[in-house]
Amino acid sequence: MNIIPIEYYLVLSAFMFAVGITGVLIRKNAIVVFMCIELMLNSANLALVTFSSYLGNAAGQVFVFFVMTVAAAESAVGLAIIIAIFRNKLTVNIDEINIFKW
Amino acid sequence: MSFEFILFIFFSLIAAVSAVIMITRPNPVMSAIFLIINFFSIAGLYLILHAQFISIVQIIVYAGAIMVLFLFVLMLLNAKSEKDILSGKNKIKIFAVVIAGLVFAQIAYLIFFSSPGKALSPDVAASIKAGTVEQIGKELYTNYLLPFEAAGFLLLASTIGALVLAKKHFD
Repeated sequence: MNIIPIEYYLVLSAFMFAVGITGVLIRKNAIVVFMCIELMLNSANLALVTFSSYLGNAAGQVFVFFVMTVAAAESAVGLAIIIAIFRNKLTVNIDEINIFKW
Repeated sequence: MSFEFILFIFFSLIAAVSAVIMITRPNPVMSAIFLIINFFSIAGLYLILHAQFISIVQIIVYAGAIMVLFLFVLMLLNAKSEKDILSGKNKIKIFAVVIAGLVFAQIAYLIFFSSPGKALSPDVAASIKAGTVEQIGKELYTNYLLPFEAAGFLLLASTIGALVLAKKHFD
């Protein structure tokens, strides 16, 4: 790990975050938007683990553990909300789910 | 070029390419499968970084539990493919790519401008020690005991919340 510069990991993490932002903005399927959010969470996790490893400090990896817990809770509740919306409107297209829009 | 560097190039290329393929597939099931490939390659990167525990948890929790949940809901709702991801409504798409490119340029500029590699002197022995189950377990049960308990409570609350939301009638 002396050979791989820390910048490479961080640039990969930034690239995956940017791809996640693009996905959230261009996709119409609510479930795929959710998956793009998971991608962004993962890129943040990669940056945390990189710094943790290069500092020789376990705190960053404990943080990643908590991020994974929150991601699991979030996806369970979010998918339940999507199922509830689908039951009422028979679609998961975010252009057609606009009852809060004014 | 060492073996470690070749592995890094291999896993990071898979991660980057599968992320791009994931957001451009019209079929949501294909998106989910490419996201799983992305999660596996990130688990490989964690192993190169000596984070053994996080690597295994990444495979079990993300690639296993969370993505199975996503695929289950996708199959259940039978979502249609999006025909016009790469065509149609071009203003929004150009705007999205410009925004994402700006964010990426800012972060990359900061990374190379601040050059964190100089400030951090990687100590291989310390980073191997930091990634073990023993070390992370010790941290979780001493310094981070209260957040750990709160995470357990959060999981309980989300389980109950998902059950209540998925029920047909509220009574």
